[in-house]
Amino acid sequence: MDEEKIVPDVEDTQKDKYLTFSLGEEIYGIDIRVVIEIIGIQKITVVPEVPEYIRGIINLRGKIIPVVDMRLRFKREFREYTDRTCVVVIEVNEVLIGLIVDGVAEVLDITEKNVVPPPELKASQNKYIRGIGKTEGGVVLLLDWMKLFTEDDRELFDEMKGDSSDAEAAD
Amino acid sequence: MAEPMVEVFIFETRQFLEQLEQIALGSEEQGGYSVEDVNEIFRAMHTIKGSAAMMMFDQVSTLAHSVEDIFFYIRELNPEKVDATGITDIVLNAVDFMRIEMDKLSAGGTPDMCSEELRNYTKDFLRNMKIENGHDPDIDLRKVKNTTKSPDEPVTSTEPPKKQYYIGAAKSGETATDTGSDVVRVYEAILFFQQGCEMEEVRAFGVVNNLKEKVIELHYLPEKILEDESATDTIRNMGFRLFFTTRMTKDEVYQELDHTIFLENLEVKELSSTSECEYWPSQETVAITALENSEPIKPDLPQSQRTPVTASLRTTVKPKPSADGAQMISVRVDKLDKLMDLVGEMVIAEAMVTQNPDIAGMELDNFSKAARQLHKINGELQDSVMALRMVPLEGTFKKMNRIVRDMTKKLGKKARLVLVGESTEVDKNINEHISDPLMHIVRNSVDHGIEMPDVRLEAGKDETGTIVLSAENAGGEVVLKIKDDGGGLNKEKILERARKNGIISKPEAELSDQEIYSFIFAPGFSTKENVTEFSGRGVGMDVVVSNIKSLGGKVLVDSEPGQGSTTTIKIPLTLAIIEGMSVSVGDASFTVPINYINRSFRPGEGEIFRDPDGSEMIMVQGKCCPVIRLHEIYGIPNAVKNPAEGILLLLEAGDAWFGVLADKLLGVQEIVVKPVPKYISKMVKTTGIGGCTLLGDGSISLILDPPQVYNVIYE
Repeated sequence: MDEEKIVPDVEDTQKDKYLTFSLGEEIYGIDIRVVIEIIGIQKITVVPEVPEYIRGIINLRGKIIPVVDMRLRFKREFREYTDRTCVVVIEVNEVLIGLIVDGVAEVLDITEKNVVPPPELKASQNKYIRGIGKTEGGVVLLLDWMKLFTEDDRELFDEMKGDSSDAEAAD
Repeated sequence: MAEPMVEVFIFETRQFLEQLEQIALGSEEQGGYSVEDVNEIFRAMHTIKGSAAMMMFDQVSTLAHSVEDIFFYIRELNPEKVDATGITDIVLNAVDFMRIEMDKLSAGGTPDMCSEELRNYTKDFLRNMKIENGHDPDIDLRKVKNTTKSPDEPVTSTEPPKKQYYIGAAKSGETATDTGSDVVRVYEAILFFQQGCEMEEVRAFGVVNNLKEKVIELHYLPEKILEDESATDTIRNMGFRLFFTTRMTKDEVYQELDHTIFLENLEVKELSSTSECEYWPSQETVAITALENSEPIKPDLPQSQRTPVTASLRTTVKPKPSADGAQMISVRVDKLDKLMDLVGEMVIAEAMVTQNPDIAGMELDNFSKAARQLHKINGELQDSVMALRMVPLEGTFKKMNRIVRDMTKKLGKKARLVLVGESTEVDKNINEHISDPLMHIVRNSVDHGIEMPDVRLEAGKDETGTIVLSAENAGGEVVLKIKDDGGGLNKEKILERARKNGIISKPEAELSDQEIYSFIFAPGFSTKENVTEFSGRGVGMDVVVSNIKSLGGKVLVDSEPGQGSTTTIKIPLTLAIIEGMSVSVGDASFTVPINYINRSFRPGEGEIFRDPDGSEMIMVQGKCCPVIRLHEIYGIPNAVKNPAEGILLLLEAGDAWFGVLADKLLGVQEIVVKPVPKYISKMVKTTGIGGCTLLGDGSISLILDPPQVYNVIYE
């Protein structure tokens, strides 16, 4: 009802706003719209038989959500978690996922005209970069979160969105 | 949705309807209506009548009235010959009618179905019952009652009764006659209703409602039409007197009132001023009366009826109405979810405070004491919140009574429904979604399963078939079973049909019985030649399957020719609470549903041995059971390697026994099963993890699903 009126406004205020986080030397940005919250690193329960970058699951106030180590996701070296390590909880297609990053920096305004497309390199990680944002202090790699969680897992998401009973029917 | 008033009306009426249905079914089974039952039904019908009249739903209110009459008759004259089944039919039909109207109303429509047929049937039934019992069929019970109470009052019911037909209330839709005059006139009108038209109070109320819009000020005697029990008598004896001011002319007023149904006599007088009116209360009095009248209609049902009645319907002992029974309120589910999340958060916050590194290693006696207290309260809070969403299957199960009754009656079969484990609690969502599938299966059981009485006798069975509906919490699942002792499934027929429908995908010789039976779940499958009212169209069973699959459950069917068939529904208990044994392995913890655990013990040195392939096993009670090490299959470091230092859980999954080696037991607790996030669950294959749960300290424990674990070993 009222929400419909509110939503456009909210989107406007969130447009071009990016939460920046660091992974090693680089600064990445992610649309503030999908970010639910940022929490410190907490006890992760390991789940067997998942890709290494999925560190496991955590308890976010009663909700159990998977956490993905972004370093490992981008095939970097694993680094021990510290006090600065953060979990950025994002919501993609109504699924909550936690991203483990080295640290969260700030929220930046980067307008569309300050964003340039990434060079057409073959390096694999570029496919998850939507663009490169120019800021006063340097550049920010803008994460294509949709692609990031749908590329490898497209099947997965399709199944999730579709009738999940089909999947269950298989067994 | 509708205004709060309507919502309350719908909610309360539905509650009454449910209550009515249960009482009617129970009474029929006992072969008669007890005094309490009669009173209960009378009261419920009476309240429905009143509130429906208030809401101007005449069809509902008049129907309630006609049913109420039957019970009034039974209550007052206590007739000897009572056709319990017939009465039950009437009550159930009325309940169905009203239920449909309530559904319409809650969907935003208006209850406009005509209940005339039902009412006439009810009236005739009552007449016949009176004649059968040697009473005057046209006796006016309310008068009889009043006379017995005060013999001085004159009995007026001497006139020959008129033939009575109820006509639907006139629609007040007619356009208000244009008066063309601005003169405000004062009128007095006296309305007499026809003898024996009954429900005078409700009719009077209708008159007031119709007139309200067309007059400026309106007062009437008796003042409290619906609230006052004596109003009916007053209206009968003195007439219903209206005093009002309006711009209408006398003729118009006359016409307006003349529309009233069952009007016997109408007098309209024009008065010169309001002071001439016999009754013209001042503004204050009106305000006071309005205040008095504004009390909402409350269903006058004893508290104990609102609490789920735990006793089975068959038990003859009726719960006594008591004032201190538990009360019920309805709460939105999202509020509960929010509460649940908050409690989860608090548990973690508590752990953060009490296990804060800043106070680690300090001797804090008072603090620890307070912390323990907090922990205890939190634990209880968590338990209560978890239990909130759980509802017993009872209500859903009892609905099936009705289905069995109606079907057996129509099909000429005899069957009874036995409920087992109806107190099993499941998540509210599941409870709601399980109702339709269950109904289909129970219908099928009666229609296809149970044979006709003569066939049953021939087969040497009891004439009355039995359908057992049972529920239990088994491991990670709620298992519902619908078992009938009918003829069982006809394998040949099913095969034949499957061939025709072309749904057999492998050589017939290789099909197991199970596989053949499961063909009945295919869409459009029915072996029944005739389509009956209840089943046979073959749309039922595939709906059952899809409904249950959407809950993440499974349906199995098994059958023994001539002995009956059993349909088993297994639903994972998303959010259901189970008891689990938590064990630690290295840094990880796992939880095993307690009912899978046969026992746990520390194996002696060398008790576990290997076969030539390197698989480990142990001899327990003369059985050789395979042993798996959790740390091996899940690749957990820092786990206890020596079995003699760990603990072996002996698990039973169906017929299979196997041992699971863990480090140590952490304890048994009630856990809420949460599904593994789909993001992960789709990536992993079957790993034997059935879900996860939160432990008291906020950490996550993975729930093992023993049957799956067993499969893991054999892969």
